[in-house]
Amino acid sequence: MEQATQRAITKSLAPSHAIDGPIKLAIRGLDFYYGTNKALKGISLDLPECRVTGMIGPSGCGKSTVLRVLNRMYDLYPGQRAAGEVMLDGENILDKSVDLNALRSRIGMVFQKPTPFPMTIYENIAFGVKLHERLSRAEMDSRVEWSLSRAALWAEVKDRLNTPAAGLSGGQQQRLCIARTIATRPEIILLDEPTSALDPISTLKIEELIDELKKDFTIAIVTHNMQQAARCADQVAFFYLGELVEVGQAGQIFTAPKERRTQDYVTGRFG
Amino acid sequence: MPETTQHIVKSYEQELKRLRDLLVEMGGLVEAQLATATLAVVEQDTDAATRAVEQDPAVDALEREVETFVIRLLALRQPMAGDLRQIVAALKMSSDLERIGDYAANVAKRSIVLSQFNLSFKLSGLAHMARLVQESLKLTVDAIGDEDAEKAVHVWRSDQAVDDIYTAIFRELVTYMMEDPRNITPCTHLLFIAKNLERIGDHATNIAETIHYAAVGESLPEVRPKGDSANYAVIRPQTLSREDDAVP
Repeated sequence: MEQATQRAITKSLAPSHAIDGPIKLAIRGLDFYYGTNKALKGISLDLPECRVTGMIGPSGCGKSTVLRVLNRMYDLYPGQRAAGEVMLDGENILDKSVDLNALRSRIGMVFQKPTPFPMTIYENIAFGVKLHERLSRAEMDSRVEWSLSRAALWAEVKDRLNTPAAGLSGGQQQRLCIARTIATRPEIILLDEPTSALDPISTLKIEELIDELKKDFTIAIVTHNMQQAARCADQVAFFYLGELVEVGQAGQIFTAPKERRTQDYVTGRFG
Repeated sequence: MPETTQHIVKSYEQELKRLRDLLVEMGGLVEAQLATATLAVVEQDTDAATRAVEQDPAVDALEREVETFVIRLLALRQPMAGDLRQIVAALKMSSDLERIGDYAANVAKRSIVLSQFNLSFKLSGLAHMARLVQESLKLTVDAIGDEDAEKAVHVWRSDQAVDDIYTAIFRELVTYMMEDPRNITPCTHLLFIAKNLERIGDHATNIAETIHYAAVGESLPEVRPKGDSANYAVIRPQTLSREDDAVP
């Protein structure tokens, strides 16, 4: 009881989400260091379930670092460390004991540039699934079709599944990467500038896809494109110099931000 | 709103300033138009009346200019937050200012008819009302230029006084009409003039609300102090000897 009260008080002091409803992932007091450089300072942010959280801020503000922490990418680099808590279904994913492969199958990530493997379209999808699950050929076929359909790519590639993925256009490659990510059926999808290398039409297709995917997945998207955050995100978090300055519903952040720094950034007054 | 930080894109900053300047220009024109129209009524000056009517096309042209400019800014700059509020506010305010110009022109037109009558009573009440509305409009235009939410709130609150005096004038004019049917034509015009002034006050209040939202990002409360009870006023012949009689 006392603990619950304590938690309620902490919450009211620092609002870490802007949308009601269940919280899928809760970041609490997160600090991050690249060597001695403190890149994140006491971040507390929640990802509401089946919603899109947009992360915006100038270069070097820490928004991509947050994504790197969420699926423990930084573990690959010595000298980088995180402190604080990232709670996923009651478990702190920063704990040493966490199985990273299992974690990364629950939290998928898509990067700025499409990163198809040098294999066929089919194999690109099947590759990750095989690491986690043992499926029959028929089951794998249906998983591949399911993921490509969910990524709005099936109609375009169903007749050439066994051709190299490198033959796809940039926008198709990025949708393939999203299909590959959802093929392992993660709970959370992290998108790091997923459309910055794409043309406007491919960008809109990805945005439509995000809208579609949030029915089943919790999504966090880092973007430099403010309009994109405005179009895609339910809640928006503004980062500056490693701090979370403000989190609010997209409508509020882009029409009436509370913080002066947010206002200056979204209107293009930063300097 | 004290806006010290400049846009990274200088031409955007200049465009926002130009938008503000256009509105202040429009506000200045409308202020002058109302002053001229008031002069026309109170001094029975038909030259002034003509001048006030002739100012209307310039106001309309500015409204169209603001409208075109706003659409252009929305399309090309994709404004956000405070800029977005300011730009949308400009569109709304220009349409309020244009309406104020129309009402002022209508006041002036009626004053021409009015000048043909020898009035048996003084227009001091109406002159007072016009003065209040002019003050309120001036403060509104200042608030547009300074993006000053405090001034706007002041205008928003002060409309009560205009409504009160409008109700009083309404009663006064109805009384003159009952006293002498020859008063009916001029008093009817005077009623419309008073109504127009009251509407100008309402539009100034709308502008004040818009300025407040643009500057602060929050709307003023729904309910505004509103005292125009002329809608419900009934003046009966047998109670003429009494000062007032309002039945809601």
